Amino acid sequence: MNDFIRDSLDHCVKCTICETYCPVSQVTPMFPGPKYAGPQAERYRGAGKSVDSSVDYCSGCGICTQVCPQDVKIAEINSRARAKLWEQRGVPLRNQMIARPTVIGRLGTPVAPLANWALHNRAVRGIVQSIVGIHRDAPMPSFAGKTFQKRSRNHRGPSDAPAVVYFHGCGTNYYEPLVGEMVVAVLEHNGFRVIVPEQDCCGLPLQSNGNFPAARTYVRRLVDRLVPHARAGLPIVSNSTSCGLMLKREAHEILGIEDEDLKIVSESMYDLCEFLLRLHERGQLRTDFGSLPLTVPYHAPCQQRGHGIGKPALDLLALVPDLHMIELDVDCCGIAGTYGLKKEKYEISMAVGKRLFSDIAATGSELAACDSETCRWQIAHGAGVTAVHPIELLYRAYGLDRQGQRDLVTTGTQPARVSG
Amino acid sequence: MSYDTVVVGAGLAGLTAALRLTERGQRVMIVARGVGATHLAPATIDVLGYLGDTRVGAPAGSLAALIAASPDHPYAHITADQLATAVTWFGAHAAALGYSGSVGENMLLPTALGVPKPSALAPRSMAGGDLRGGGRFLFVGFKGFKDFHPALIADNLVRAPLPLPITARALELEPPSSRLGDLSGRVIAGRFDADNLTDWLVGELENRVEPDERIGVPAVLGLRSGDQTWQELEKRLGCTVFEVSTLPPSVPGIRLFNALTAALRARGARLVLGVRAVGAHANNGHIDTIDVANATGTVSHAVGSVLLATGGFPSGGLELDSFGATRETVFDLPLIGVPETDRVRFAPNYFDPQPLASAGVPTDDLLRPVDANGHPVYTNLHAAGAILGGAIPWKEKSGTGISVASGYAAAEAILAPAAQSVSEAVR
Repeated sequence: MNDFIRDSLDHCVKCTICETYCPVSQVTPMFPGPKYAGPQAERYRGAGKSVDSSVDYCSGCGICTQVCPQDVKIAEINSRARAKLWEQRGVPLRNQMIARPTVIGRLGTPVAPLANWALHNRAVRGIVQSIVGIHRDAPMPSFAGKTFQKRSRNHRGPSDAPAVVYFHGCGTNYYEPLVGEMVVAVLEHNGFRVIVPEQDCCGLPLQSNGNFPAARTYVRRLVDRLVPHARAGLPIVSNSTSCGLMLKREAHEILGIEDEDLKIVSESMYDLCEFLLRLHERGQLRTDFGSLPLTVPYHAPCQQRGHGIGKPALDLLALVPDLHMIELDVDCCGIAGTYGLKKEKYEISMAVGKRLFSDIAATGSELAACDSETCRWQIAHGAGVTAVHPIELLYRAYGLDRQGQRDLVTTGTQPARVSG
Repeated sequence: MSYDTVVVGAGLAGLTAALRLTERGQRVMIVARGVGATHLAPATIDVLGYLGDTRVGAPAGSLAALIAASPDHPYAHITADQLATAVTWFGAHAAALGYSGSVGENMLLPTALGVPKPSALAPRSMAGGDLRGGGRFLFVGFKGFKDFHPALIADNLVRAPLPLPITARALELEPPSSRLGDLSGRVIAGRFDADNLTDWLVGELENRVEPDERIGVPAVLGLRSGDQTWQELEKRLGCTVFEVSTLPPSVPGIRLFNALTAALRARGARLVLGVRAVGAHANNGHIDTIDVANATGTVSHAVGSVLLATGGFPSGGLELDSFGATRETVFDLPLIGVPETDRVRFAPNYFDPQPLASAGVPTDDLLRPVDANGHPVYTNLHAAGAILGGAIPWKEKSGTGISVASGYAAAEAILAPAAQSVSEAVR
């Protein structure tokens, strides 16, 4: 294991800045806060034993690490402590289940209409809550039926353009394939050939649910599929900020994977908006944007902030005529991947998101933008607005929706249509 | 991306400079390893509190004596007019906190340890605690709120050297129980924002406060609603109420950070935390790009100017290694105030003059770090805040004043390089 994570706790000066930012400990006494659970309790975990179960209430948003002025890897320490806890106790069946989006996706996709009915049926959800422990009100996306992988196989793009590799993630594949098609359309509009390798889960949900061995298996498999492209010098883009961050940093820093293949993939990874903004910096992004007279609040998810790339979505959308983006100032929506789905954590997750929901409501907009899929589902659920990936706004501003005869689409929880 | 200015460090100096630069239309990015000392300091602007062991009543009027005694002091590079302009400008731009005071005279505000601390500017929710006029004080604490003991404050203050005598008594209240376990300042402030703790506090105090008494409460009256809560308390209790700075985390400091960053967001500045500036590419002494390390690697940003506001030893702007070598961590700039490596670096007693206390970066009058010959290391690199050498902020009670004044002055130097170079030549 890379000791620089654990060793960083010696830099903690107990300044409490992480405590003032932790969105979870502000709304529940179940989590004592990142400093107590992290650098302080870690000293008692010397023999590799877990000493406290409260660390399971850390949502893993990672804000503590971002705000720490002393470079203490607080969230990473807590994430490992959580894994240790569940290694000792055995990861519960529910957490094993919700942490495998590819399994759920493969089960749900062939029977999408039935699965969607069940996911949004109060009675069924009540039963699921009591047997499985997934909260009946937690936001659930709808299966698209036909996966993005399947759709992309019939797609014919340009054959002689420079290539970019697309890591779409599970959310796009099973729930939001139209977002994936928009990503491809925007990249092709900018003169790229988009390679969509076969791929499945990056292992992030398993990691945050404390099953590190399984998470390592998943991320290594994904790296194996991406690494030939990375070795060929191709950039890899992802519209899922948290899955992208898994490859960029967390597989190494949290799962402790040290290998050359992961390193090469990490260095080739770009968040989608980061990649497009870099094109723009080089004067290579097409700016033939049409007017989009909308006012849209934008939430940069906690995992997006973990990239340390600023807010490229806002820089890009500033190029669109008549589009007014409002930069929201809330650190976390509360969902934190699978955290807010859990029966015992749903209320916490909604309490964390409360400020974001009310700040969105205060803008009066029926549309919000956010890079991360689970956050969009939470925002749609909590704020009652349509939440879109920034790429949807770019796609529309490029006029690609008219070419493709397609309505502006979707979050996983509700279909959306934007007039403008 | 390219930016007019990249500010390294998100503390008071960096945020002040960024705000001034964006006010004048610059495109600014602030990069920082994390949040700065705003969250630890009480949000007062302390320009100069002590000359040696003597408490300063009039900070502006004492600058000349300070500079005579400490010629390398950051204030030596800032004119008295600039300092006054900077502090006034700052008070007006952090309007959400309603600053009162001026560089002309110091208030004496009580700390959580019952020490009268000289401050030039204070948020109006704290300014009512000015001890200079004497009078009767009631200090209120909340049971379970750590490190804030009203009896300690009252006892220490009545024995403290003050211009006029005061009387002080203490009262500890039990806040209504909550689901939230640990009563940190941040948690209590959150309860003032969300629940109605104001009603409870008024109910507890209205029959206990005596005529002419001023009421000091811990500075936890809300993060979003702090100023309104304070106003409401004064109105409903019919007396002066003031917040007393607490041990970290500092709720007024967080309010200040939030007010400054909200203004910066509104002007399109980008704040990126959790990253590290690791160096720059320069040509002929001019920085063209600055390198910022993020999750996967290093990104170069083209810049017009760079402002170094990384703080001193506590914030990692300066580093002392186990062999006694001291270095500036981003550009490896020349330092002053550093004893030779074979000399003693620490005095035996904590409050003794410490050899490393004034270590930092020397600058010219445009606040550009200079080499041993007084020449700027880079023509477009400026420095502000605790990274500056020549001051002993904790002893002088000058830290936030230096941050605001040098942040503002560095921004001015960045904005008007041509005009400033002329005046530099004249000097």
